[in-house]
Amino acid sequence: MKKAVKLSLFMLLAFSLVLAACGNNSSNTAATTGGDSEGTAATSDIKIAMVTDTGGVNDKSFNQTSWEALQALEKEQGVTVKYLQSKSEADYQPNLNQFVKDGYNLTWGIGFALESALGEIAKQNPDSNFAIIDAAVDAPNVESVLFSENEGAFLVGVVAGKMTKTNKIGFVGGMDSPTIKKFEVGFKAGIEAANPDAQFTAVYASGFDKPDEGKSAAATLYNDGADIVFQAAGGTGTGVFNEALDRKNQGQEVWVIGVDKDQSIEFGTEITLTSMIKRVDVAIKTVSQQVIDGTFKGGTITTLGLKDDGVGIADTSNVNVPQEVLDEVQSYKEKIVNGEIKVPAE
Amino acid sequence: MNKFLKWFASDSFIVSLAAIVMGLLLGAVVMMIGGYNPITAYGALISRVFGDWYGFGEALREMTPLVLTGLAVAFAFRAGMFNIGAEGQVLMGMTGASLIGIKLTGLPALIHAPLAIIAGALFGGLWAALAGYIKAKRGVNEVITTIMLNWTALFLCNYIVRTFLLMPGNQRSVEIQPSASISIDWLSQMMGNARVHWGILLAMLASTFFYYFLWKTKQGFELRAVGSNPEAARYAGINVSKNIVKAMFISGVFAGLAGAFETLGVFHYQSVYSSLPGYGFNGIAVALLGMTHPFGVLAGAGLFGSLTYGSAGMSFDAGVPPEIIQIVIGSIIFFIAAQGIVRFLLKPVYKRKKEKVL
Repeated sequence: MKKAVKLSLFMLLAFSLVLAACGNNSSNTAATTGGDSEGTAATSDIKIAMVTDTGGVNDKSFNQTSWEALQALEKEQGVTVKYLQSKSEADYQPNLNQFVKDGYNLTWGIGFALESALGEIAKQNPDSNFAIIDAAVDAPNVESVLFSENEGAFLVGVVAGKMTKTNKIGFVGGMDSPTIKKFEVGFKAGIEAANPDAQFTAVYASGFDKPDEGKSAAATLYNDGADIVFQAAGGTGTGVFNEALDRKNQGQEVWVIGVDKDQSIEFGTEITLTSMIKRVDVAIKTVSQQVIDGTFKGGTITTLGLKDDGVGIADTSNVNVPQEVLDEVQSYKEKIVNGEIKVPAE
Repeated sequence: MNKFLKWFASDSFIVSLAAIVMGLLLGAVVMMIGGYNPITAYGALISRVFGDWYGFGEALREMTPLVLTGLAVAFAFRAGMFNIGAEGQVLMGMTGASLIGIKLTGLPALIHAPLAIIAGALFGGLWAALAGYIKAKRGVNEVITTIMLNWTALFLCNYIVRTFLLMPGNQRSVEIQPSASISIDWLSQMMGNARVHWGILLAMLASTFFYYFLWKTKQGFELRAVGSNPEAARYAGINVSKNIVKAMFISGVFAGLAGAFETLGVFHYQSVYSSLPGYGFNGIAVALLGMTHPFGVLAGAGLFGSLTYGSAGMSFDAGVPPEIIQIVIGSIIFFIAAQGIVRFLLKPVYKRKKEKVL
């Protein structure tokens, strides 16, 4: 018995030594990803950071898009980028503060959830620069970027109105909030413009992290006869895609319209009719570039719409949508851009 | 003093300490496998919590609700019940505090703030007492009712915030009146704007109250008797049903206070939560860490709070992803809950020690 204990202790020691060795090796290589970026030609001592909302950096939505945009900047311009994830609402302020104290030139708050925390920290640190997505913070050192989601949703509404065979179209929202309402209202307006006979139903889940609710909401809509569902529900939308995929496999002809980025890449073109794109990456790059160039002013609220290519429809739409429909979408787009059509927002 | 020393040498203390050390070691191994340097990482954790006043103040802020929800779970546990509903009671506490904090106007701070705190405590207490009442009258297991009441509380609170307190265009309530705030502004300014509030002090007082009430009063004795053996307690002439409701009420008051302090001291508004925020569930872990003893809960919350708050330092300075911190916390709890393993691993140490003593 004693021998066995001794032997196992020895093995444990040996094992941990091996692990320690492995650990050191890989940590040496991992360290360079932090931001030194020795390989790239351009270097800069500008430091840009972002704080995620509670969705985390791998949310397959705007947190991830933002981080990818920052990483691209790191590669192209040699700036240092870093992110901190927020586990709870209470984390927003200390996370933002961490970057302020570390002397970052710009700190992004990703999402409307950070609005009051970022406002507070910006007030306490008037010499630091901040920017926020999807919310308007009125402070001289904060740049706010909003999107006209209703305009992008209008375009996919036109696609849905033209493509529906059952004349019933559904919408699944992640939460009954003003931001998500903008998607619904724009989508509905688009359908009405393209196909006044189509019936429209909107369903809301109780959060952005509830794929099960998304699945049952989609099931309700499809059972009701809808053949196209537009989801603006973050992680909850995964459930919508899963339900559609199940039905497609059983031979039913149903479609999903994706949101925020080209979701056909993730879920496949056989169920993704098209996607409404929200170019968070464009916003991140534009404002970050201002900091790099030294032209950052702050204190402005920018709304990116169709005109600025801040929203739009996915480039891969031509896989499932016939050209004449896309042409029509294009003409609606021009009408919105030159102000002929005003898309309602609420 | 002697008693204090004895507690340090006590079995449960050593097992807890060993479990923490083992958890940290296991975390270190996981970090090594992931290719991170555990020494830098743990160093970053400590320096984030103790490195400057801001970090320390924010860590205290992080610990406060954990102390209170830990006490809530531990208190019910001492009375023989498992209160999984601290989560919902926290939310009710938030709502009670926001309602009073926002809707009442024109009161001096000395009356308004305590009133809002009491409202939060009552909301939380009554919400828990509801589960206690159902158990006392109908024998429904409190585990089931409190879990279900969590969700009821979530949606009820969201409804109340949306209908009565909403800040237009936002997913949160309007700000509370300045007179209801319990932030300590001068201290906060000294600590680099860390969100310190009176609730931190009150949470510590609450744990003293817990100790005094359970071990120094007749009512506390009754509660503990009901907790250890309800049949014997009934035979001894103790009203078991009444004690169950009372225990749940006090447990809920602790949780309600946690919610009230978060609203009045930290956020100054209440969010519409899309899912349960997790205060109560962490409270279960803290109560376990603290061996359901009030001062143990204080220590447990200190540890848990430092780990959660410091974890951002780990990802900031050492690049360790926050998931790994969750593994460390998880393994500490695992070792505490699975005391058998710790005792088994400690066996060789114990044997030698006993021989020495003899």
